[in-house]
Amino acid sequence: MSDVAPAIELKGISKAFGPVQANKDISIRVMPGTIHGIIGENGAGKSTLMSILYGFYKADKGEVFIHGKRTAIPDSQAAIAAGIGMVFQHFKLVENFTVLENVILGAEDGRLLRPSLAKARKELKRLAEDYGLNVDPDAVIEEIGVGMQQRVEILKALYRQADILILDEPTGVLTPAEANQLFRILDRLRAEGKTIVLITHKLREIMEITDTVSVMRRGQMTATVKTAETSPEQLAELMVGRKVLLRVDKAPAKPGAVVLDVQGLNVTDEKGVQRLKDVSLSIRAGEILGIAGVAGNGQSELLEVLGGMTRATGRITLNGEEIDLTGRHSDGQSRRARGIAHVPEDRQREGLIMDFFAWENVAFGYHRDPAYRRGVLMDNAALQEDTARKMEKFDVRPPNPWLTAKNFSGGNQQKIVVAREIERNPTLLLVGQPTRGVDIGAIEFIHNQIVALRDQGAAVLLVSVELDEILSLSDRIAVMFDGKIMGERLPGQTDAGELGLLMAGMNGRAA
Amino acid sequence: MEKMPKWADVVLIPLISLLLAAVLSALVILAIGEDPWAALKMMVQGALGSTYGWGYTLYYATNFIFTGLAVAVAFHARMFNIGGEGQAMLGGLGVALVCLYMPWPHWTVAVIGASVVGAAFGAAWAALPAWLQAKRGSHIVITTIMFNFIASALLNYVLVNVLRPKGSMDPATAKFPAATHLPTLHELLLPLGIKFSKAAPANVSLLIALAACVFVWLLIWRTRLGYEIRAFGHSESGAKYAGISAVKITVVAMLISGALAGLMSVNTTMGEAERLVLNATEGAGFIGIAVALMGRSHPFGVLLAAILFGFLYQGGAELALWTNIPREMIVVIQALVILFTGALDNMVRMPLEKLFLSLRRKEG
Repeated sequence: MSDVAPAIELKGISKAFGPVQANKDISIRVMPGTIHGIIGENGAGKSTLMSILYGFYKADKGEVFIHGKRTAIPDSQAAIAAGIGMVFQHFKLVENFTVLENVILGAEDGRLLRPSLAKARKELKRLAEDYGLNVDPDAVIEEIGVGMQQRVEILKALYRQADILILDEPTGVLTPAEANQLFRILDRLRAEGKTIVLITHKLREIMEITDTVSVMRRGQMTATVKTAETSPEQLAELMVGRKVLLRVDKAPAKPGAVVLDVQGLNVTDEKGVQRLKDVSLSIRAGEILGIAGVAGNGQSELLEVLGGMTRATGRITLNGEEIDLTGRHSDGQSRRARGIAHVPEDRQREGLIMDFFAWENVAFGYHRDPAYRRGVLMDNAALQEDTARKMEKFDVRPPNPWLTAKNFSGGNQQKIVVAREIERNPTLLLVGQPTRGVDIGAIEFIHNQIVALRDQGAAVLLVSVELDEILSLSDRIAVMFDGKIMGERLPGQTDAGELGLLMAGMNGRAA
Repeated sequence: MEKMPKWADVVLIPLISLLLAAVLSALVILAIGEDPWAALKMMVQGALGSTYGWGYTLYYATNFIFTGLAVAVAFHARMFNIGGEGQAMLGGLGVALVCLYMPWPHWTVAVIGASVVGAAFGAAWAALPAWLQAKRGSHIVITTIMFNFIASALLNYVLVNVLRPKGSMDPATAKFPAATHLPTLHELLLPLGIKFSKAAPANVSLLIALAACVFVWLLIWRTRLGYEIRAFGHSESGAKYAGISAVKITVVAMLISGALAGLMSVNTTMGEAERLVLNATEGAGFIGIAVALMGRSHPFGVLLAAILFGFLYQGGAELALWTNIPREMIVVIQALVILFTGALDNMVRMPLEKLFLSLRRKEG
């Protein structure tokens, strides 16, 4: 192998955003015809590194060699010309275009579309045969599934003659079955001599498909190893820098009376798509109910209905009292007044106002609380004091109430939200994706806080796309697919395999 | 980390923008063969060199404070209220009706009545676009622009066909009764022993404008409503999560905005003209947009920016009067200031941000 030039070689890449050093002196070599994994926590600098390789950012220092040739990549056009294709975490497809139209977008041969379309149609057929990438070229993007859309992204890259493919967190939106299909495709691509870089934070995927793996931590490359010679435990330690407990320590639940009872919940969105189909569930005091499912199968809507953000039909009672689901006052304020606290799925778009100070955010949703009021004005002093106290208790760093939310790291932002909601001592806590984009240290902390609240007798509804999180935190697990509850399982009596089948809409065993 | 210190954002950027506008204006004046330095001196002398000049500068500034605040409040709820002009026109109608048809014993009472009704009329004119935005999603920019035209046509009709005194050829109302005449700064300052120009139109409305600045500051940064307005303006999805009603905030913020614009007419119609004339607003509603942009939607910034634009208005008028620089050139200069301070904000901001970042990196 030594006389073959690496497909990608990065030498001493550094990149800073203001005072933040996103990449520091990073070097890697990826041999052609291999799959190379890059693993690291959120914010470790994986995406920045790949954005440099794809020409989105310019490195402050360092050199890029493609197939042994020094290559400058000032923009994505240059990256494509160098044979690099990228599949983003969030697809960049035109929703109301067909597959074919999306594939040629930006790569048309001339002013007239027809010749390009005909050429692309032939090319797609060939690619489908070569790599098993079957997609109907005339299907409209918005009408095909996420897994298919991802294939279109891969096809786009291949159509542009890419022989190096970068995939950024490709399985985040896929069911376990779809992920397996993706891995089969990647396997085939590798066999055909393509070079693949797989960015992920999931250890399992790295172990399953990569040949070599690089671990990143805080902008630095901490190790590059052969996958066959490492273990998930070793990789986790390299990622975090210390031994990690990959599960939550908690005592068995002592469920009390039923707190939340949901019967026949239905939600139809403004496009007329039914998002929740006759959902029924209940949670007892001192119990965590985990909702597993692939993103977009109704979990968000369930949280939104319970949190007062979306109207619904059906019947919900909290401690036996019915909650108004459609009235004029069915909103977040009324839910909070009933003792429902809500850690939303998206802290940046919902849970926090990113341009508000931390102390303003601690009032968010509770800003009409009389404790924060003095006459007609808000009692900012009381609020700032309260914030300082909560920041200390939840170990928010830096503990400065006068910092705007956007200046905290993801984990500390989430701690602010969690502190605000948990410190209300809610009867029912709604939690969506509590640890998305949160570093492992903060994950442990947040998990412990949720368990502590449960032990105080609160009911907790946990929604997460991370199956591991659901399995380790829940006392009971319900799986959602296509707006329905597919079934309930107890964490000790099920595994990721069975849940994965349920998440894909298949009833794993006769109920 | 912030990209640059706060003071650079609020002080340095407007100053540099202003300087750039001044340089470009100087080049333009040079290009038509006049002396820019003499022109600047003339403007400063004309606008700030006498109590007469100050009286006009502050009179214009009063208008711009009201319309600037109006735009600023809507900005905080992330709405672009282009309709200050129309709302101020309607405010003028309200003020005129109150002054003409209600018997007022003294100006102190009259000014309260006129303010309330003027604000109410302005708010009412903003209510429909606000409601359309909140309920139907009709874009506030489009609807408020259209409402400016409707207001203008409506005022035209009312002045010509309804309020015009018999026999008058002028599309304007009759003079307001003497009891509603507002004291000018000359009258207000005389008891304090300060001699202020008799001829200048600046009047007691200036104090109302200053009070409005304080009111808006309290509203936006110290009340729950202001908190909700800002939260909604920053993140609509966040507001929904927090249970803040989009409909309520949209409508309430626009009502306050319209009311502030309507208040402007207390200055122009009641304070200066003492009757309602066509085009009483003289474009102040639009200047308010530039004032709010330059003032960073903060009442204190709006106050400073309003005084600057008052200076440009008055100084420009003097320039047109005493030099060969044509009236149109004055408009060009004002437009340059608006362009640089409002529209081209990022042109100055980006290089400055880079500069501060590289400075910080050197330190660190």
